[in-house]
Amino acid sequence: MTQPESVVEVDIPVAGTPAAAVGGTAPSRRRAPWWLWAATIVVLVPVAVPILFLAARALGATDAAWNTLWSFRTLRLIGRSFVLTGLVTASATVIGVGGAWILARTDIAFTRFWGVVFALPLVVPSYVLALSFVSATGPRGLIADVTGFATPHLIGLPGAWLALTIATYPYVYLITAAAIAKIDPALEEAARSLGASPSRVFRTVILPQLRPAVGAGALLAALYTLSDFGAVSLMRFDAFTRVIYAQYSGRLDRTPAIVLSIVLVLVAGVFIWGEQRTRGKGTYFTRSAMRPPARHQLSTAQRFGAVGFLGVTATIGVLVPVAVLLSWLWRGITIGSDLFVPWKAIGGSLTAGALAAALAMMGAIPIVILAVRYASKATRWVERSVFMIFSLPHITIAIAVVAFTIRYATPVYQSILVLGLVYASMFLAQATSAAKASLLQVNPALEDASRSLGKGPIATYLRVTFPLMARGLLAGGALVFVTTLKELPATLLLSPPGFTTLAVRIWSAADEGLFARAALSSLILIGVSILPVYYLSIRPKHVLDT
Amino acid sequence: MTDTLISADRLSVTYGDTVALDDFSLDIPAGSLVALVGPSGCGKTTALRVIAGFETPASGTVSIRDRVVVGDGREIPPEKRNVGMVFQEYALFPHISVEENVGYGVRGADRSQRVHDVLKLVGLSDHRSRFPHELSGGEQQRVALARALAPGPDVVLLDEPFSNLDAPQRERMRRELRKILKRAGATAVFVTHDQSEALAIADIIAVMRDGRIVQTGLPDDVYEAPANPWVARFLGDAILMRGTVTDGSVHTMLGDIDTSLPTGTGVEVMVRPEWVTPHVHDSGACKVTDREFYGHDQRVEIELPGGDHVEALVPSRNRMAVGDRVAIELVDAIVYEVVDA
Repeated sequence: MTQPESVVEVDIPVAGTPAAAVGGTAPSRRRAPWWLWAATIVVLVPVAVPILFLAARALGATDAAWNTLWSFRTLRLIGRSFVLTGLVTASATVIGVGGAWILARTDIAFTRFWGVVFALPLVVPSYVLALSFVSATGPRGLIADVTGFATPHLIGLPGAWLALTIATYPYVYLITAAAIAKIDPALEEAARSLGASPSRVFRTVILPQLRPAVGAGALLAALYTLSDFGAVSLMRFDAFTRVIYAQYSGRLDRTPAIVLSIVLVLVAGVFIWGEQRTRGKGTYFTRSAMRPPARHQLSTAQRFGAVGFLGVTATIGVLVPVAVLLSWLWRGITIGSDLFVPWKAIGGSLTAGALAAALAMMGAIPIVILAVRYASKATRWVERSVFMIFSLPHITIAIAVVAFTIRYATPVYQSILVLGLVYASMFLAQATSAAKASLLQVNPALEDASRSLGKGPIATYLRVTFPLMARGLLAGGALVFVTTLKELPATLLLSPPGFTTLAVRIWSAADEGLFARAALSSLILIGVSILPVYYLSIRPKHVLDT
Repeated sequence: MTDTLISADRLSVTYGDTVALDDFSLDIPAGSLVALVGPSGCGKTTALRVIAGFETPASGTVSIRDRVVVGDGREIPPEKRNVGMVFQEYALFPHISVEENVGYGVRGADRSQRVHDVLKLVGLSDHRSRFPHELSGGEQQRVALARALAPGPDVVLLDEPFSNLDAPQRERMRRELRKILKRAGATAVFVTHDQSEALAIADIIAVMRDGRIVQTGLPDDVYEAPANPWVARFLGDAILMRGTVTDGSVHTMLGDIDTSLPTGTGVEVMVRPEWVTPHVHDSGACKVTDREFYGHDQRVEIELPGGDHVEALVPSRNRMAVGDRVAIELVDAIVYEVVDA
């Protein structure tokens, strides 16, 4: 595999649909052992059962609850969410695809550096972005304090739009960049030799082939936006999640929150349906020649434009947040406010992340073996469920789990085990996609060879299959770890009493206006997240000539 | 012939509507190199996989050294059959060295000695600490063969062993493979769709079509006396002519051919191009209309008096040129009764 150096190699699961099989998943003639199925069902239970319970409860809700649903206020809420999601998806797609094309197909310098910097906002949680934008702008913001010029206060829709665009474009970028790398350069050369200009090549050759990847990236951005809780709350934009949380925590009757969270799932369903409706058929790329593509030579003006585009994006996405956080921290130290290293929250975050990663990796193994070695209609449904759970808004999952455990599993209500299981189920798709990609590269003949050399099925899994898929599994685990660190709504609702994480600490400090305290935790959180992402981006390429 | 080592008896395998093996029976004598040859999709790889234990037949039995390994309600898993297999793409474990690959299936105190011996046998002693991706295609194949031989299996099964090699390598490897297997005293079955490969190196060839064996025998016998016109054409070039028997002979464009079949029988007559021998003769009734010269021999197109054309494969020393008049001598011909469905 040759991939451009600029691409940070992170396997990002695409919400709604399982990643297309690369081959090697011919329908199996063998029957899966029962214990694989048993393990798979156990893995899916922690989220699937509460969600079904929630749906049942919403259907059985009183007329009054349904009446509030059809109020003018709810319809306006749906409208607002659509507007925000549409805006974010459009801008994230333009930035992500534009960046991917510039870095993969032009002769811009330092592609490796830009590639890493451009993907870096991935480690900054949306609420940290929102926090830094909110606290930097406005008449009493940091910029006004430092420069004396008051900028307009970024809050509400424009603020949420900007913060979520920065938070989501790296997903579009990474998915698109991986797809561009697979396009056969000969197609572009053919178009150029037929007289097409670079922009025409982009529109008529590259873009149509990227359609599945761009669609997947845009869908991911849309679902992320709909599901986001932290950024919209700090920006005081009344999106679905913020209203649900207010309904949930402010009232004794939780039925309205339950009904609204089910409606949120339906809205998410509209976007998934829309993406699948517009998906073209049979425009998948093939790559025959593994040679580097011709890079388009930029004119001086274009070069300035391209560097400016990358530079401004990276500045807003990385430099501004880090600068704002550092200066808040500095101010906190100089005015002698009550700052201390939040060891407890760090411990909580690491515990939660490690537990989630370990559980997700364990859970991914039976699912991936079923999906790859015993592919059937039933296993495709298992994969589909994993991705459906991944596309569910976290607040909905959290409310469902709370409602279910209070009623049927009081002993484990708000226990660390349930929290870990819920994280693992929510982010299972990240572990399964990474592990599936590496298991697909393991030729089943290797397992047959081991069997014919006298090793039984378990010895074969231990000595051949696992060593070969371990890297993919670990990469998936690292991704789950990072995602868990950033997670907010489920953590807020499901944390055991006395348990706290960096994410919760940032959110509550920012809510109370204690920016210096929020800044310290945010910087620590970014620092902790960078390590696994660094591991993901530099992991050595597999040498698997099978 | 020597004792039967492996016996496959009336195997059948179906996948949904497609029949992969249909009443497949084959006996493999100890110490022989057997080629299972047939067009793609005829079920040859399935037959190997059933013997190795990777597929379960719907019915039929396989026994190795008189021990039933599948059938009669028994099924021994692949790791307990003592059958070595060389996979089409070799399936070398990419994460361990050549030496560890070869030693993977070997147990016991003399393990390293055994690995050493087998690597020497395949001529790769210098490559023991390399990794599979550092080897050429031919070397990978020899490692795969060494790995299969190392545990001392009753039989080695090879699935299209030469398909991943380029033409010059393939010729060298097939000679080498035969030598290695013979030196190891192994019994081996290999699957191929290439009839020239099968004829060149096998002791016995078994021709397969649509999931069953159509003919088994020495390569010479099967080539010279194919069981039916399909086998004749599959194994080499064949001139096929239809006709009807009258009074103990069939009239064809190449003359009258004797047969013991009764009058009125519909027949198909098969002649190999090398059985047609033209002689240059000024008063010959036929004419050379085209010629391809190969060095060791030549292919000549001949126009017959009736206007038909046949091809003959003629030694180069029998010189002729386009336009020469020739007389034709027929060395041999085989008459098949036409069995219409």
